[in-house]
Amino acid sequence: MARLKLAGVTKTFSGFDAVRDVSLEVADGEFLAVLGPSGCGKTTLLRLVAGFEQPSAGEIAIGGTVVAGAGVSVPPEKRRVGIVFQNYALWPHMSVAQNVGYALKVAKVPREEARRRVAEALALVDLDGFADRYPASLSGGQRQRVALARCLVAAPSLVLFDEPLANLDVHLRAAMEAEFSAFHRRTGTTMIYITHDQAEAMALADRIAVMDGGRLVQVADPRTLYREPATEMVAAFIGQGMVLPATVLSGEERGRCRVAVLGQEATVRCRPGERARQGAAVCCRAADLGPVAPGEAGLEVAVRRAVYKGGATRVEVSPLADPSLALHVEGDDAGHSGRFEPGARLCLRIRSGWLIPGASA
Amino acid sequence: MRQGRGQEMALAAAVAVAIAVFSLLPMLRLVRETVAPAGALSPAVIEAGLASRATWVATLNSLVVGIGGTVLAVSLGTVVALVVTLTDMRARAPFILCFVMPLMIAPQVTALSWLQLFGPASPFLKLIGLAPPLGSRNPLHSPGGIVLLLGIQYAPLVFLLVRAGLRRLPRELVEAARAAGAGRFTVLATVVLPLMTPSIMAAAALAFVSCVGNFGIPAFLGIPANYPVLPTLIYQRLAGGGPAVLGEAAFLSVLIGMIAMAGIVAQERMSRRRDYRSFASSLASEPYALGRWRPAVEAAMWALILAILVLPLTGLVLSSLVPGYGIPLSAATATLDNYRFVLVEHAASRRAFANSLGLSLTAAAFAVLAALPIAYLVAWGRQRWVRMINLSIELPYALPGVVLAIAALLLFLRPLPLTGLHIYNTVWIILYAYLARFLVLAVRPAVSGFHQIDRALEEAAQVAGAGLFSRLRSVVFPLVAPAAMAGGLLIFMTAFGELTVSALLWSSGAETIGVVMFSFEQGGDSKYAAAISAVTVAVTFALMLATNLAARRLPSGVLPWRD
Repeated sequence: MARLKLAGVTKTFSGFDAVRDVSLEVADGEFLAVLGPSGCGKTTLLRLVAGFEQPSAGEIAIGGTVVAGAGVSVPPEKRRVGIVFQNYALWPHMSVAQNVGYALKVAKVPREEARRRVAEALALVDLDGFADRYPASLSGGQRQRVALARCLVAAPSLVLFDEPLANLDVHLRAAMEAEFSAFHRRTGTTMIYITHDQAEAMALADRIAVMDGGRLVQVADPRTLYREPATEMVAAFIGQGMVLPATVLSGEERGRCRVAVLGQEATVRCRPGERARQGAAVCCRAADLGPVAPGEAGLEVAVRRAVYKGGATRVEVSPLADPSLALHVEGDDAGHSGRFEPGARLCLRIRSGWLIPGASA
Repeated sequence: MRQGRGQEMALAAAVAVAIAVFSLLPMLRLVRETVAPAGALSPAVIEAGLASRATWVATLNSLVVGIGGTVLAVSLGTVVALVVTLTDMRARAPFILCFVMPLMIAPQVTALSWLQLFGPASPFLKLIGLAPPLGSRNPLHSPGGIVLLLGIQYAPLVFLLVRAGLRRLPRELVEAARAAGAGRFTVLATVVLPLMTPSIMAAAALAFVSCVGNFGIPAFLGIPANYPVLPTLIYQRLAGGGPAVLGEAAFLSVLIGMIAMAGIVAQERMSRRRDYRSFASSLASEPYALGRWRPAVEAAMWALILAILVLPLTGLVLSSLVPGYGIPLSAATATLDNYRFVLVEHAASRRAFANSLGLSLTAAAFAVLAALPIAYLVAWGRQRWVRMINLSIELPYALPGVVLAIAALLLFLRPLPLTGLHIYNTVWIILYAYLARFLVLAVRPAVSGFHQIDRALEEAAQVAGAGLFSRLRSVVFPLVAPAAMAGGLLIFMTAFGELTVSALLWSSGAETIGVVMFSFEQGGDSKYAAAISAVTVAVTFALMLATNLAARRLPSGVLPWRD
């Protein structure tokens, strides 16, 4: 049974669709990341699920019960969702134990049991011994863990994360990612994780839902999302994909087809049933482009800039045939050879790629 | 480079002199009079004061009405702030304007309005046939009446502070509680109110200081009931004994100053114990939908406005239209003679209008000019003594007005040394007291104006080669001027109907509107007092509305009655 189900959910703010016709099912125990650039509507989606906003159209069901839509509007306090806010939202006037135990107090859980459950929750996030501290005296990572313990103590049917790592430094982020992941395995709770950071989403989620302009663009597991983006936006947003104009020359055969890109012919992966067509687009990763074998013809490009990355070089180039296109390839730790000086010519081969499905496909 | 330093020093020196003259000097003079009358350390004044029974009665009364008024103001102001800020009540802006009105009306005008509303001669009660018989006691001439009016006068003060606190409350803290299963009233009790305690305590301290120092309300309500509080006791002693009793008055005003400071210190202590710094910053909370209760709540809120603003002012206006004491008001008897009398015929009253207008305009203009450099140093200065400046400007306003008036009397009773200038018994001593007391009203908005400006604007001018004075004149002051002008407006409105300070400093020829109105009321000519009051209220209200029109060009938070 789906833990969370959204059907045709739309949210309009004074004429502007922040969320447009989103349908989505999240399975019990699944970890779903909602990924998108800022302003794409992902936070509005989370607030709709939590109940802080009412959908303008569509229906939301949690655990098989409709909580919003068609005259139904269950208030947030009755939805049994847990939320981890971006800025933690710990109550500064309550101790750690009071923060964590708040939901139990509101639910009038007997004091002994409440104390036991708070202790368990704190142990789960490695904060035993912090019960009597106040949020102001905790570090960023500790606050984050208190927020985590707080949202889990009441055994919510669904946990929502609103960009919980956005305020942490890089090292703490990696540690917290590992913690979230372990946490999800231990508790088996359904989790919805809002983020604009694709690395975070890839590392954590079973599936990723990409949003753009209020719409759900693609929902897939991280590998599929990377290898087979459904649109040009997803291709460019995930893994710095390059989107190149292409003409499809042959129909699909065993998952591949022939295409012409910038005057070069290449074989790329594609969906079943693709046919020859004009005006197509191909998504290439940096690793998909490489130097031609000596003496072979290839895609002539000029180097614009080389950025040393430590052990490798990111070389930004543009094709001579179309200087407005920006491509990048992986170079070796080139040293002083001068091969990647701005203006230097290279000749590239398209090793592989993914044919982005047409709008109708 | 050296020239730049020189200008900076000159500015700092000028500000330091202004603060010394208007803030430190009067306070020091007052303390000297108490502990060292006649130039030598002596406990005589203190001993005499402590031995007097009247001192203790007035102190006790001051505490009773001070605490009572504070409790009422805090309850009323907090509840209204919660409803206005947290719910989806409609017509919020006009409501706030009306609710904050009592704060802008001089206390003695509030007192007179309510007296006119409930007295046996009340034209309003006569109109609806409920007037008690002539000669019966006005129920407001009592401690309860004083507490009621102090509460109404200062509830807006509490309202403004609590509302500002509520608007800073991060939305997530409320949402986290609701997601944890808490209903609205549980969230209010367990999250919102506990987080608001610092705001509420600060408001309570301010309300307490204002209630204890208030002169107009206990003067109108307490003197006839023979219920003295410290400010009215000081006034009565001085009115009866003249400069001879200045020592005693100085002791009493230090006493009242200490009570006021005790309130402020207690609040500081209590709020320091709690670390409520909120590390979240985000949007303000979503309003609570009142649903089907909305019309009822809105009706209750406007009924409150009717009770605390419309009815008393109606009583005031009706009283100003009656031809004589106790005569029922009707279309036939209503007259504008009272207005003609106070505005045209009565010489002292006519003079008072001119004096008050001149005094409040001058005080406002000077304060705006002084506030710009002071606020510049307070907001952007790197000097260590800057915090001291702020405190020493706040002090004369935080302390009751009576204290400052006595200090000014002591300072200027004798001609100024060296110059031989004598400003005692002239209008200038009142101007001095107004400047000392109200300067902070222009500094505060100017400081908040500075905080809202990116300092890079000044630094850009500096990089372009402008010296301090030149960049202040061409870049900095024009940007902050609107905020400081709004402060000047507050000073004008406060000083125009002011009574506390001028009641002790006026002299024949140097009357203020407040003083003339007070003497009309004391002489039994309520209708003239009502006419004068009605004029000042009209001026205040017109100014509030006029600034509202220009408010879009002001930085946020400078006009108290606007968000």
